[in-house]
Amino acid sequence: MSALSRFWDSDFAWDFRHSPVAVVSFLVALLLVLSAVFAPLIATMNPFVPANLNLMNGFTAPGVPNQFTNETFLLGTDDQGRDVYSTILYGMRISLFVGFAAVALGMIIGVTLGLIAGYFGGWTDAVIMRIADVQLTFPSILVAMLIFGVAKGITPVEYRDQLAIWVLILSIGLSDWVQFARVVRGATMVEKQKEYVQAARLIGRGALPILTRHILPNVLSPVLVIATISLALAIIAEATLSFLGVGAPSTQPSLGTLIRIGQGFLFSGEWWILFFPSVTLLALALSVNLLGDWLRDALNPKLK
Amino acid sequence: MGLLDITDLTVEFPTRRRLFTAVDALNLKVNPGEIHGLVGESGAGKSTVGAAVMGLLDPPGRIAKGNIVFKNQLVDTSDGAVMHALRGRRISMIFQDPLTSLNPLLTIGDQLTETIRANLQVSASDADGRARELLDRVGIPDPDSRLNQYPHQFSGGMRQRVVIALALCSEPDVIIADEPTTALDVAIQAQILDLIRDVVDERKVGVILITHDMGVIANTTDRVTVMYRGKVVETGPTAKILSAPEHAYTQSLIAAVPRPHKKVHRFPRINYDGDDPDFAIEDLARDWPRYDNAPGKPLLSVRDLTKRFIEKRSLLPWGNRYFTAVDQLSFDIMPGEVLGLVGESGSGKSTVARMIAGLYKVDGGRVTFDGDLVSDLSNRKVQRAYRQEIQMIFQDPFSSLNPRMRVDQIVAEPLRHHRLLSGQDIPDRVGELLEQVGLGADARLKYPHEFSGGQRQRIAIARALATQPRFLICDEPTSALDVSIQAQILNILKDLQDHLGLTILFISHALPVVRQMCDRVAVMRRGQIVELADSEQLFTAPKHDYTKELLRLTPRTENMFEKPEA
Repeated sequence: MSALSRFWDSDFAWDFRHSPVAVVSFLVALLLVLSAVFAPLIATMNPFVPANLNLMNGFTAPGVPNQFTNETFLLGTDDQGRDVYSTILYGMRISLFVGFAAVALGMIIGVTLGLIAGYFGGWTDAVIMRIADVQLTFPSILVAMLIFGVAKGITPVEYRDQLAIWVLILSIGLSDWVQFARVVRGATMVEKQKEYVQAARLIGRGALPILTRHILPNVLSPVLVIATISLALAIIAEATLSFLGVGAPSTQPSLGTLIRIGQGFLFSGEWWILFFPSVTLLALALSVNLLGDWLRDALNPKLK
Repeated sequence: MGLLDITDLTVEFPTRRRLFTAVDALNLKVNPGEIHGLVGESGAGKSTVGAAVMGLLDPPGRIAKGNIVFKNQLVDTSDGAVMHALRGRRISMIFQDPLTSLNPLLTIGDQLTETIRANLQVSASDADGRARELLDRVGIPDPDSRLNQYPHQFSGGMRQRVVIALALCSEPDVIIADEPTTALDVAIQAQILDLIRDVVDERKVGVILITHDMGVIANTTDRVTVMYRGKVVETGPTAKILSAPEHAYTQSLIAAVPRPHKKVHRFPRINYDGDDPDFAIEDLARDWPRYDNAPGKPLLSVRDLTKRFIEKRSLLPWGNRYFTAVDQLSFDIMPGEVLGLVGESGSGKSTVARMIAGLYKVDGGRVTFDGDLVSDLSNRKVQRAYRQEIQMIFQDPFSSLNPRMRVDQIVAEPLRHHRLLSGQDIPDRVGELLEQVGLGADARLKYPHEFSGGQRQRIAIARALATQPRFLICDEPTSALDVSIQAQILNILKDLQDHLGLTILFISHALPVVRQMCDRVAVMRRGQIVELADSEQLFTAPKHDYTKELLRLTPRTENMFEKPEA
């Protein structure tokens, strides 16, 4: 309890309370994440169990009773009679899961390589950072598509749909590590010059405890900022890949898949099938991004 | 009326939790041709006074009340146009760091002529002539060619001369010098202070000299104002304040200044604000291991120690250009001895410490400790034992403690790493250590940022003592601390030597501090030892010219502080 009240009293929390953008984007992001987590409880149906669907409900406009079944859907239905509200909740689960997992993967790879490159320097540093430079010369979406393509080629057809999500995480995560590595490398080079690191070396501590116990906790705050902004980018990257048809399969649609499906109906008047997933994606990415921006300012006293 | 009259100046910084009064009802008067010293420890508000006069307070700081009268005219510091006409024209400023106060992309000549032409209505060629004159005046040799050079081509002292020339461009009436010599070596400090004195006498400008250094005050100023936590505690002619201070704070400040001319047993404890906690190094001595040292055999011995740094890296390793930081250095340290290593910045003294500590690889020569070759970092068995035997206290207590670790974790780390204790013994030992260096029991659960500089240095000492080392390296342990805190830390170090028989390598650029601490002193210059002698002998009868020069330039305080014995 005292830890909680201490946090509430800290400058960080105070700064947060006095930033309307941060509070609003935090609430929006929290609402979206919670509704994704509790999707089975708050959705009207699980739209991906065929038994739940009634084809007669297809193309119901939002808030208007269906002419055959007289059922009303808040955000309308798609061609197969799936409730758009429920598909968004379930789609957001995939999007967020892929986003979080991809960022975690990129973060683990990037932070590890960044610490190693920054601490040891010399050849190790040169090799790691040249790989990073080479990867940066390709647009990350192309790298992701390349990894996705290769992975798809080597997985058996029958497992493809099940593995698609994991391949997606791998491809986004692997295209994402470079910025973590760069920032952590720079911060590590600054920290390793500080006297507390020399004091630890003097005690006789080896490289591993110095990196994990001393340097890592001191380079984490920029990592937190990048992770937040990367989360927004990863969600968008996932949506882009899914929109291009190389991401989440139709049996497990993410927000991107829903947008891809929806855009086919845009010109035939069923605008809601495209509109609501797009707005959700926008709200999710924007709120996380604004939160990241605020976090960057709050954790960097130089910008104040 | 003086040139600059500050009355009842109060500067406030509204913060989230409270209103912080940085300067509280300050009165200060500067006369033409007078250097007025403003002295105080960090956080006393002395720099804030300078910033307030210049209208350069960082928001949210504001002048809450008080008047600034310049040449009989009330100055409205909130009026941009008024301040623009004053700032840098009638009132100039000299900052601490000469590197950042010059534009690195413009030549010295461009910066001078630009400032001259902005202030005085003169032609380009006249401005050029004036710039040359000014450089000549501040003692820069060969001003014609120097005008076309960039700041990085000047040494630190030369840069500060250029900054002074810049401050003189507009022929100001008042110069505010904020710690103008703190970043400089003692030899250069003396030259810069002489220059300021000459300029003041010659042009009858008034100077506010902001400093934390009583030696600078004693040698340069006519009048002095002593500040403590935003308030003026005492003001008057320098000679009177220094020889007969009336306020208890001024007395404690003066008592804490290390004297270059005689060695004291301990610094006097004048407990002004209760910030001088008890420490009990004696308690530590009870179970401290005792070693039988063979008489006449050095504990640590350094032979032909050499370190070269790459100055310019070439594509191929053998094309690199090297800079020799430490050049075939040899000395011994006897058990229980305190050896001082003094020298100006860049003389290589910290490099020597880091090589002895095994933080740098040696490029030549060897270090032996108690018979073991410790400069060979690949011998793991020797290294592991050596790590317990030596410890180091660093200069900056704000960077030598990991900000993300709790104090008990910091002090326990050496114990855990060397597996000296286990279980409940560790927190017990940590608590004892913290108490013995004068920190309360509640200190262990806090983080480093919750402590002051002096308390942090105590934590660093507790960490260094955790493994019960025999040899301690102190690398400028007090140069980042205020003078009263310095006295406390030096007293602890003296106790460590007396009660625990620790052998200490004490590195400092401040000769008076070295005199107080050391049995023998080695003077370093450009990577070599120029003189090594007993402390008393070195300070009373130096042999080498460089040592004599250093001693001559150290601010003389003995005549100022003590009343002449009648």
